[in-house]
Amino acid sequence: MKNGSIIGSSVPRKEGREKVTGQARYVDDMVLPDMLYGATVRSRIPRGKVKKISFGPGIDWNEFVVVSPKDIPGKNCIALIEDDQPCLADGMVNHPEEPLLLLAHADRHLLPKAVEAVSVEYDSLPAIFSMGESEGCSEIIWGTDNTFKSYLIEKGDVDTVWEYADYIVEGEYTTGAQEQLYIENNGMIAVYDPQQGLIVWGSLQCPYYVHKALMKLCGLPADRVRVVQMETGGAFGGKEEYPSMIAAHAALLAMKSGKPVKIIYDRMEDLAATTKRHPSRTRHRTAVSKDGKILGGEIEFTLDGGAYETLSPVVLSRGAIHSGGAYYWPSVRIRAKAVATNAPPHGAFRGFGAPQSLFALERHMDRIAQSVGLSPVEIRRRNFLKPGQTTTTGQTVREEIDLSKLLDRALELSGYYTKKKKMAEENKQGGHKRGMGIAAFLHGAGFTGSGERYLGSVVGVEACADGRVRILVSSTEFGQGTKTVLCQIVAETLGLRYEDVGIAQPDTQEVPNSGPTVASRTVMVVGKLVQSAAMGIRQTLTVRGMLGDSYSPEEFRAACRAHVTQHGKLRTLARYEQPADIAWDEQKYRGSAYAAFAWAVYVADVTVDLTTYNVSVDDFVALQEVGKVLHPVLAEGQIIGGVAQAIGFALHEKVIWEKGRMQNGQMANYIMPTSADLPPIRVYFEELGNVHGAYGSKGIGELPMDGPAPAILNAIEDALGVAFDSIPLLPEEIFAALAEKTAPENVVRSECEDR
Amino acid sequence: MSESPQDRAKCEISLTVNGQLATVRVHAMERLLDVLRHEFALTGTKEGCGEGECGSCSILMDGILVNSCLIPVLQASGANVVTIEGLASDGQLQALQQAFLDCGGAQCGICTPGMILAAFHLLSKKPQPTVEEIREGLSGNLCRCTGYMQIFEAVREASRRGAKT
Repeated sequence: MKNGSIIGSSVPRKEGREKVTGQARYVDDMVLPDMLYGATVRSRIPRGKVKKISFGPGIDWNEFVVVSPKDIPGKNCIALIEDDQPCLADGMVNHPEEPLLLLAHADRHLLPKAVEAVSVEYDSLPAIFSMGESEGCSEIIWGTDNTFKSYLIEKGDVDTVWEYADYIVEGEYTTGAQEQLYIENNGMIAVYDPQQGLIVWGSLQCPYYVHKALMKLCGLPADRVRVVQMETGGAFGGKEEYPSMIAAHAALLAMKSGKPVKIIYDRMEDLAATTKRHPSRTRHRTAVSKDGKILGGEIEFTLDGGAYETLSPVVLSRGAIHSGGAYYWPSVRIRAKAVATNAPPHGAFRGFGAPQSLFALERHMDRIAQSVGLSPVEIRRRNFLKPGQTTTTGQTVREEIDLSKLLDRALELSGYYTKKKKMAEENKQGGHKRGMGIAAFLHGAGFTGSGERYLGSVVGVEACADGRVRILVSSTEFGQGTKTVLCQIVAETLGLRYEDVGIAQPDTQEVPNSGPTVASRTVMVVGKLVQSAAMGIRQTLTVRGMLGDSYSPEEFRAACRAHVTQHGKLRTLARYEQPADIAWDEQKYRGSAYAAFAWAVYVADVTVDLTTYNVSVDDFVALQEVGKVLHPVLAEGQIIGGVAQAIGFALHEKVIWEKGRMQNGQMANYIMPTSADLPPIRVYFEELGNVHGAYGSKGIGELPMDGPAPAILNAIEDALGVAFDSIPLLPEEIFAALAEKTAPENVVRSECEDR
Repeated sequence: MSESPQDRAKCEISLTVNGQLATVRVHAMERLLDVLRHEFALTGTKEGCGEGECGSCSILMDGILVNSCLIPVLQASGANVVTIEGLASDGQLQALQQAFLDCGGAQCGICTPGMILAAFHLLSKKPQPTVEEIREGLSGNLCRCTGYMQIFEAVREASRRGAKT
């Protein structure tokens, strides 16, 4: 292939053949000689002191390896932002399912019984389970005020707008926990050798997060901890931070036993113990002029972080910054807070706070439209951000985005007006009500604010002895197409064939730290770095006279081979440097929050069945501007998959909590969409480009998680004339609301009769 | 501890897996999923939920699509089992495998073996399925990555190319 033909074409997925033939190796597919299996003894109560642990009868405990907190060589914590989360609770438990002890045995069938036979006596302490209780500080369970982090974002003088507002519109919106539900459960294998150190293989997103956590836990230097990512069966943020915990557990058992130890969670353990999307509550109070212009507003955004801080401050930050959405706010005050409850810590999940705050905003825009007497289309059009205007953090929109045009195209693609007219007729009769809903939004790509500068990611590209080029990054593949797209970028940069470029397995002993695979940053940030490193290879070959100014792929391969023979290995590194036009004030929370934004307008078309109160999404249009699309099939796959997860977030996926513990921890009763539940999801792209991303790319992975839930709830309100402001929205809630609306006295009477 | 499978005597069970007749010594109540993965080292069959909800462990047993996590190995005695490893022959991808690659039907890959076997089963009964039949035929196999649309497209594409059973 020649220049210009690889970027933008749907080349075969690098690891695709292994995946469709069943040859791809996931952690549970790996077996080491003499390997033990590990299991975790967990807290059964939400909060209390551990009085006594006893090992019950009927088990030959001599056969088991048992690890308790006193076996931890370094610090008893899972190092992340703060070190507040213990690896094994030592004397005090703060949430159900908190790890207490570890067991290992060669026969995995013996483990469940052994776990069951460990009994723990507690002195229970009062626990708190809601954001309200946490804010009320009836119990202090974390720090001095149960608050992990708070932010204040201010723009203009919002206090002066209320007096001349024609309308003041208020609303409160909530979202529930959501499970990532990767189909491959979490798992790790660890091996320890006193001379060589520790090696772990696992299902994970961020090799260097695990590396950092293991160094601190085990008291080992960097070169004696090695983390290798196996093929990973889905992650969605759910394998960002918790894998460090499982790796730590496997490592402790391996260190104590001197044998390889494998820990694989089953689905119930994975659902009950690992992270979920943060539940949220957003309150809006907005001043609006009579022509529908937002004058200013106050936004209060609160997240339930669970029992330990983990990633909550960062999730909160992204949620808060996105809470003003794709609109121009002359003035705004955003107060954001993440609070502690006695539930397992909530964590990263695709969208990372933005789906929560954008759900609130996009529902609120429909409420504003009703107050002012404008259509949902018109209220958005009048308030869209325009190039040259500033976001809530004061970031100037430099991209030539025309959201009004994007909206028009989405309406046209969805047949909005034609359908609306038809629905108005159909809704006059029958047992079904239909409606249309819109969401317009943005999603910032890459780490927030100075995040990328702090990360200082490094990537490598090397020329191999066989003439091929190999990419060295810790960025991981877990379905999105990381391997494929990074190889496309290098092939395009060097004028090589796609087949001439390979990528190393993420292994901290082999690859530099290109940062975590999160925040829609891989193609935009890591891709750009990989491009510079690749150019370094070409430059070296040229300077050394081994390659002419123009060359064929064969000549390039020959030059690589010659270099390795004559001079040895050729490897170039590239390190992230913050572009000059990106400045962020961490103290005031002002400036360029993101290097680029992706923009989108989504339109949902729903039917509510008035017999079952079931909502079906009949058609879904997802139109977005994501910079240059590097691989159409993968990009479309990201959008469809994200929309599907977001439909689950809106309508199906409800975590039922009882004293901080998930009660429906099985796939049989935590319901995600099946192939029979989803509408046709129609994906369209606009491609404006982006100076900061490789070949004009922006982030794409998280964007589709943001818009569907509000678009669907807006459509339900359009169908029923009843507003719902909380998700997941299940049929029973729709039934209850409609029953109340149509005949409140009947409902009361029937309840009385029941008694 | 009399309930645990390892406490019971092992027995010999013969079954045909991907065309090869084999005899294994296993506990009669072990899950076929575990026997395939551990005794036959056929790790292409995946565990997702262990309760027959997700379909990741789908295989064909005597031509019927089953969740191997719900089948005690005793039940597979004398059966003809096909796993994902039995689909490609001589390194040549089966039409569905190629179509999954071309259309983006596989992302993280963990549901892919079961999904392809479910699709294979569907096409063996209905070589030219409608979209509704595809939706229905694959509804026992959960995928969290793709939102299914590109999987439907892969099945349609394989059907067009004439996937033979």
